[in-house]
Amino acid sequence: MSPTRRDFLKTGVATATSLTLLDGPFSLPAASQTPALAAPAADPFAIEVANAALDAARSAGASYADARVGRYRRQNVTTRERQVLRIGDDESFGLGVCVLVDGSWGFASSSQVTRAGAQQAALEAVVLAKAARAVRRHRVELAPVTAVRGTWITPARKDPIEVSIEEKIGLLLQANEAALKVKGVQFVSSGVQALREIKTLVTSEGTNVTQTFIRVGPSFSATAVRDGDFQSFAEALAPRGEGWDYVESLNMAGNAEQWASMAVEKLGARSVEAGTYDLILEPSNLWLTIHESIGHATELDRALGEEANYAGTSFVAPPEKTIGALKYGPPFMNIQADRTQPGSLSRVAWDDEGVAADQWLLVERGVFKDYQTTREQVARIRKLTGVARSHGCAFADSWQNVQFQRMPNVSLLPGEQDISLADIIAATDRGIVVRHDGSWSIDHQRYNFQFSGQAFYEVRGGKIVGMLRDVAYQSDTPYFWNAMDMIGGKSSYWMGGAFNDGKGEPAQINSVSHGCVPARFRQVRILNTARTA
Amino acid sequence: MSAVSPGDQAARPAPGAARAGTNLLSAEDARALAERVLKLSAGDSTRVVITSSKSGNTRFADASISTSGQLADTAVEVTVTLGRRRASATTNVLDDASLKRAADLALRLARLAPEDPELMPELGPQQYIGVPAYVGRSADLDPEARVTAVRRAVEAANTAGRPAGQIFSAGFLDAGASVVAIATSAGLFAFHRATEVEFSVTARTPDGTGSGWAGAGSRDWGSVDAAAIGRIAAQKAVASRNPVAIEPGLYTAVLEPQAVTDLVPLLGAALNARTADEGRSPFSKPGGGTRIGEKVVDNRITLYSDPADPMLLGRPFDTEGLPLRRIVWIERGILRNLSYSRFWAQKQGKEPTGNALASGLAMIGGTKSTEELVAGCERGILVTHFFYIRSLEPRTVLQTGLTRDGTFLIEKGKITKALKNFRWNESPLLMLNRLEEIGRPELTAAGRLMPAVRVSRFDFSSLSDAV
Repeated sequence: MSPTRRDFLKTGVATATSLTLLDGPFSLPAASQTPALAAPAADPFAIEVANAALDAARSAGASYADARVGRYRRQNVTTRERQVLRIGDDESFGLGVCVLVDGSWGFASSSQVTRAGAQQAALEAVVLAKAARAVRRHRVELAPVTAVRGTWITPARKDPIEVSIEEKIGLLLQANEAALKVKGVQFVSSGVQALREIKTLVTSEGTNVTQTFIRVGPSFSATAVRDGDFQSFAEALAPRGEGWDYVESLNMAGNAEQWASMAVEKLGARSVEAGTYDLILEPSNLWLTIHESIGHATELDRALGEEANYAGTSFVAPPEKTIGALKYGPPFMNIQADRTQPGSLSRVAWDDEGVAADQWLLVERGVFKDYQTTREQVARIRKLTGVARSHGCAFADSWQNVQFQRMPNVSLLPGEQDISLADIIAATDRGIVVRHDGSWSIDHQRYNFQFSGQAFYEVRGGKIVGMLRDVAYQSDTPYFWNAMDMIGGKSSYWMGGAFNDGKGEPAQINSVSHGCVPARFRQVRILNTARTA
Repeated sequence: MSAVSPGDQAARPAPGAARAGTNLLSAEDARALAERVLKLSAGDSTRVVITSSKSGNTRFADASISTSGQLADTAVEVTVTLGRRRASATTNVLDDASLKRAADLALRLARLAPEDPELMPELGPQQYIGVPAYVGRSADLDPEARVTAVRRAVEAANTAGRPAGQIFSAGFLDAGASVVAIATSAGLFAFHRATEVEFSVTARTPDGTGSGWAGAGSRDWGSVDAAAIGRIAAQKAVASRNPVAIEPGLYTAVLEPQAVTDLVPLLGAALNARTADEGRSPFSKPGGGTRIGEKVVDNRITLYSDPADPMLLGRPFDTEGLPLRRIVWIERGILRNLSYSRFWAQKQGKEPTGNALASGLAMIGGTKSTEELVAGCERGILVTHFFYIRSLEPRTVLQTGLTRDGTFLIEKGKITKALKNFRWNESPLLMLNRLEEIGRPELTAAGRLMPAVRVSRFDFSSLSDAV
């Protein structure tokens, strides 16, 4: 099943320009990338239970209902130095029922995966929906979706849950041992998270899909202590929607010594002089800036105020004044949203409303073009975008929680010329290079942000002349992206991501990837973060 | 596929299995469940941690309920020890076969785990104080009652926001109850149940230039005034319209109790004896050891955790089952205690505190209201609450974040102007050394008792256009 491309063309959204962009390295995997693991068949019992929920919901007055049965396995190993801090294995199984009654939502969940448990959850959801009608300004209207049946699994060769815990511990402790060889390194932390999620979605509109998602998240950091001072360095080991084979490919044991030596090197770095510099961001840093200043800013629920009480709203609003009008950045800036990219955390075949995965441009040639949407959001901007389908951004982080609009992968597409990081440095007279992500913070409309990193280098006359410390960059989203004047080409593309993106009340997490290339930003404010009492 | 494939018959609850997910576990049920698990475990020793919760929530925006949910779950964590090896497995499937599989999995993981030189034996029977943290009207708040509260808040916001036109209000109400029960093969049994409610509203003016927030959190729904929350949020939104920019820099700041709640508990990560002993903390003494006994903040400030405090009503044990007691972290400015795990306490010859912060955190030292702190301010900035706080520098507990939903200029003891929001770079530790005034503590959330403070030279470092 490769639903996205076909649907993308069918909706007529794609322009000739965006197709050129999408034909780059970011299209769907070729047939040769057939997954080694086969998608498990749907569990007849899960479907029976889901159908019991749908029947109960319909009988109680629901005009629409969906039932999600989810079985999650999460494994987590953390170590420090020569010891294992924790080995955890978590299994969670349950179902959630979402109903629409007279245009109002209700949702209830239960860990009792039985016909009776499902029926009770459905009835509770209907009670909630009926109660909700009392406080309402408009009715929910769902964009059409084609009913689908099928199964899918994250392409992977080794299921990380099936890899022995011994192998996981061995890999981490070997890395720690290598790091401890570095003189001055006193503390090392490493870990790996592995997730397998089997999710069955059955809807009252005839969709019936079962998907198995696999994700892994390794981590490594070392701390050097000297003369009452300490510095840490965390390597950028991006979490991915891939199998254990990805973790092996990182060669943590072979690289740990070099990573750890960065912490020692930081102890000797010069404290930065605050001021304005040209900023060169490596992809291992820029992915998080994209996440915060573009990914969250282009969520339609935020633009409409639905997150106002928690994560905030967005400066990319109102839709009628920004779609096709807001100049986000320079003409070579293209931002792609997708739930299709191989290895990415947000990749699915269908979202939690049964909508086929999509790939579309949020920013095209520097101009804001479209938002991230779910079925109920489409009607709010359909006349402005001409897009009649949902972009497939519905997601719930567990069977316990209701699905709502969450971020897909949001990526900066490479420039046309094959420029490298070295080329950007060589073209810079006075600047700072930031490697890997550090601290991050942005305001509730996504204007003012401040990011740090793991390592910083001073550039003078086109060359790196030394290492800096205590660096943070602070800017304003519209200024910052319009100050971008150089970006890397295809060969410098790298994909970062996060397991723990928070949004919604009750708070839910989301896993999302961001691909990008190195980029230069003119005249950005640099702060010195060192303080004394 | 592993033992958890979707077609696995053993994973399903037995017919007629107790509907433990829909009702909170009683102490008897929890004990019975724990004993079932302990019997299934073949380890040298075993610990079972049961968490059971049920809650209901209602979320709204643009004066319409957007989502509402009902949640219930019970999960069992089995921790098995073999010699000096230990591992855990968790499941929420509570039939015998699934519990056995979790216990066996933990055993298998423990066999594979390397020996832990820091492993401490499971605790035997302990004495716990009883903490009345469960309030029936919070646990039983039904969907209609939640909708009524939301309607009251929305109406109050509309009324108070009328000078600005049609107010946009968004908010969230969550009410629920939870149980934590712990049992060990050495004979320990601990049980605690608690309720928690939170309700908050953000109001925005139709011109998009004003935003206000108000909220409350408590164990008792009876202490939450929904209409007042809606009204205050809208009043702040109206008052914060058309904010002016003032030059970023060092200003006297009056932080409302919620802003203090956002910032001061971040000191918690630094209140750890081991990282202090290891030289990785602001409470490390140069040359080795900790700064216990030294003055670390203004001498009017006392910071403590105490499960028995009637305003905190915290859980009286940590996840190892260790009884938690009153720990005064900072007494009149002097660092008195740091948190000691059982291992680190043994190594350093101290009494273990366990994870004492889990029982709540209170800061006391003053009696004045926020209004009095404003009245005593010659020129400064009033902050309603903060957003997106992230650590910048563990050596000084330096944080960055933003002001939000009501930031005002104070001149000669009066609020004179709405201000544009700021990004700030500030440390709660350094800030509490620049204390001008500390207000009376208020309950801001379940387990959080925090005052307003007035501090000098708060570092408002840049402007934000966000409203």
